Amino acid sequence: MNFPILSTLIFLPLISSFFILLSKDKESNNSSIYISLFSSIATFLLSLFLWYSLDINTSEFQFLEEKSWINNSIKFKLGVDGISILFIVLTTFITPICIISCVNSVKVRVKEFLIAILILETFMIGVFCSLDLVIFYLFFEAGLIPMFLIIGVWGGPRRVYSAFKFFLFTLLGSVLMLVAIIVIYWLTGTTDITQIYEIKIPKEYQNILWLAFLSSFAVKMPMWPVHTWLPDAHVEAPTAGSVILAAILLKMAGYGFLRFSIPMFPLASEYFTPLIYILSIIAIIYTSLVALMQDDMKKLIAYSSVAHMGYVTLGIFTLTKQGIEGSIYQMLSHGLISAALFLCVGVVYDRLQSRMISTYGGLVNYIPKFSFLFLIFALAALGLPGTSGFLGEFLVLTGTFQKSYLAAMLATFGVVLGAAYMLWLTKRVIFGVTNNSEIKTLNDVNKSEIIMLITLAFFIIFFGFYPLPIMETFSVSVNSLINNYETALISN
Amino acid sequence: MIDNLNIMFPEIFLSLSIFSILMVGVFIKKSFNIIFNLTTLIIIITVAIIISGPSNKEKIFLESFTRDTFSNYFKILILLSSLFVLNSSKSFIVENKLDKFEYPIIILLSILGMFFMVSSNDLILFYLGLELQSLSLYILASIDRDNLRSTESGIKYFVLSALSSGLLLYGCSLLYGFTGSTNFDLIASQLNKDNTGAVFAMVFILVGLAFKVSAVPFHMWTPDVYEGAPTSITNYFAVVPKVAGLALIIKFMFIPFSNILLEWQTIIIFISIASMILGAVAAMVQTNFKRLLAYSSIGHIGYALAGVATGTISGYESAIVYISIYVIMNIGAFSCLYLLKKDGQYKEKISDLSGISKKHPLLAISLLIILFSLAGVPPLGGFFAKFYVFVAVLENEMYALAIIGLLTTVMSAFYYLKIIKTIYFDESLITFEPSKNRTAQISIFTSCAILITFFLYPSVLNNLVSTLFIG
Repeated sequence: MNFPILSTLIFLPLISSFFILLSKDKESNNSSIYISLFSSIATFLLSLFLWYSLDINTSEFQFLEEKSWINNSIKFKLGVDGISILFIVLTTFITPICIISCVNSVKVRVKEFLIAILILETFMIGVFCSLDLVIFYLFFEAGLIPMFLIIGVWGGPRRVYSAFKFFLFTLLGSVLMLVAIIVIYWLTGTTDITQIYEIKIPKEYQNILWLAFLSSFAVKMPMWPVHTWLPDAHVEAPTAGSVILAAILLKMAGYGFLRFSIPMFPLASEYFTPLIYILSIIAIIYTSLVALMQDDMKKLIAYSSVAHMGYVTLGIFTLTKQGIEGSIYQMLSHGLISAALFLCVGVVYDRLQSRMISTYGGLVNYIPKFSFLFLIFALAALGLPGTSGFLGEFLVLTGTFQKSYLAAMLATFGVVLGAAYMLWLTKRVIFGVTNNSEIKTLNDVNKSEIIMLITLAFFIIFFGFYPLPIMETFSVSVNSLINNYETALISN
Repeated sequence: MIDNLNIMFPEIFLSLSIFSILMVGVFIKKSFNIIFNLTTLIIIITVAIIISGPSNKEKIFLESFTRDTFSNYFKILILLSSLFVLNSSKSFIVENKLDKFEYPIIILLSILGMFFMVSSNDLILFYLGLELQSLSLYILASIDRDNLRSTESGIKYFVLSALSSGLLLYGCSLLYGFTGSTNFDLIASQLNKDNTGAVFAMVFILVGLAFKVSAVPFHMWTPDVYEGAPTSITNYFAVVPKVAGLALIIKFMFIPFSNILLEWQTIIIFISIASMILGAVAAMVQTNFKRLLAYSSIGHIGYALAGVATGTISGYESAIVYISIYVIMNIGAFSCLYLLKKDGQYKEKISDLSGISKKHPLLAISLLIILFSLAGVPPLGGFFAKFYVFVAVLENEMYALAIIGLLTTVMSAFYYLKIIKTIYFDESLITFEPSKNRTAQISIFTSCAILITFFLYPSVLNNLVSTLFIG
């Protein structure tokens, strides 16, 4: 295929952001909203077409694009396989929802906000498409700029602190990855990851390089104990910012483990498995307990994200088929569920300007449609069978049981805690006694909000009952990932 | 003989033009405008002469003067950056009553001095060029002679710089004494690491050069001079002499000192690390934008020296790429200062930038791009500058240098973010006058355009620089 479909996908949002820059509406911002909505939906359809035309019976990278870039060994190389395509679709699916959500929640500088979101989308798609370490790093880091501005310009009262913390934490983690990338370049003479997969990286280098990559991914994921930027960033970010952060930015790290850490450093991945287990279990249990004690809804969901990401790292490093498949499924489903929960918080925040749990109570009596949807998302978040949240956790736990009973039992205990904080949140917000008289005057969800929430609810339930389309997309790629890993271990 | 003179045709043309426009200045009253425009013309013609002329390696005058691609590249870089600096600062010069006709002439004289510096292949010619440049810079630093701060900074610069020139000259004489020659090639063939006296001389020469590029621990003059001198002069100081200074350091390492690599490598590594750390730490507490840029330039010189410290050609190349991108970023950053005018006063406090994104969105976005690029965040040009340097550093397995360098990158990101925070997150306080300074706007636009589009063809500059060490 000669048409550069991946470059088109990456740069379409960027180009449309130029059109927004040029559009001249002073008061209503209508045309910039329509342009961004149109372009993001076009990107979504293009990515669906990509998914449809992807050959899922091979683990080879497809739609390859290659162009000499810095020199002949650092190329501008793009390609997708069964794993990355799903993250691309998730990205392009979440972006239009963010754009719709900002109609209600962003009141100032709408045009700039939309431009920031679209530029961010470009970088996010770029991360999932790149097959070259330098290109990957470029997109991975570049995403910091728009996100920094989104938190800082449109955020809450402590936005400056949060934006700085977000930026500096991530940058600090990533510079070590940059060192590792350059070292890999000198060891193998290339940064093209398909070639690096073939050339085995010497054993004595693997551990240290693996740790350098971990420093970046652990911050981004975020794993305990470097997760502290996330609650701050989530709380202060505007709704659309929280949605993108939770739904997509966190997934870059999980994707990074699958694409880089495991295939490039199989021996180190095996060596450090216990470390990841310990960190993941602590993340699951500790952050669930912390989540129980939160007064702030966004903070609670943020901590629950850290716990859910704990399952993801646990699943990935079981290095079993179920574990990895469960992790990918968990990431995708968390992308939908956390997005939905943040949107729900955004809905009530737009009306009462408060994220505190104590402000609310008994919402079901006044805004029933909202309450019903919130309940679905809360149940999905705790992993109720029939929602997409269940399958991911179930597979991760199945995978973990094959490797370590103790880890699996502790992680299962985390599931109970997860149910506890989500149900308690629901009880206090949706049910319970209404103390605040303002709640009685609340309007139920409006048209644009219901479109966003129903769409998300539909997919959460649909993929809870019918996971096959997703499962069979990544199945072959996951198999080959595990085969390569096992061959590498045996050949050592 | 005439053929030989062709080799230094740019220098001859530049000298003759300086004398002629000096005459114009003497005989025509209020001639600033004429001379300014003539200067611009002379710079452009000199660029044309260098580009159109041959660039194969030739040495003349007892091999004391070289013309090669290396010196030509630096000459063009010096000329183009002076061109942008001068033109974007013109309205600043006029409004602050600095429009004496000597101003552009002295700039041209310093350029001439730098030409001889980058072309020299002999200690004496090198020292003469350096002094011509330094003397011009002393005058420039104190050109606003009725202003206390400007005069003070001029004196400060003069005293410290004269001291460093003295050390440098002492080093040169020691080197002559121990090797019996002033010619770079002959010195190179005489030097080896057993020649302790020559190593001693090398230290003195390095001190002098480190002073000129304001690397730690010889940086003390930089913040005061940057803050005290008028912005147009600071702009020139921050850009052009740095290029020439770095070119000389590379030249010294590449030719005369190439045999005592290990000895100077340690010194450069120390200077580089110290500059990176000081640049990052000290800049955090600054409130004056010019002073902040002074510390940031100290840090940036540290990164460029990290490339030099490798002692390999790829390291030198990365340093040259670094300094070229540094020049582009700094021209942009200083040009923004020319647009911050309120009631006839140019503002230079960081707090004056508070909330300008609301009233001046284009200026704000330009500063955003330049500052993120200075911080080295991809996909902007500044990232690639750092990337190449660290590729070279890690190629030579200097892991500690690379990791310290990258950690200071994170630290320095903090103060760049602080400015961006002031611009974007804070409340708007000042509305600046709409600027008619088109040349500054063009400089900003050019700078931003290069920084944004650099990632499309990141190898252009590299390919160009990789030809410098061939012949």
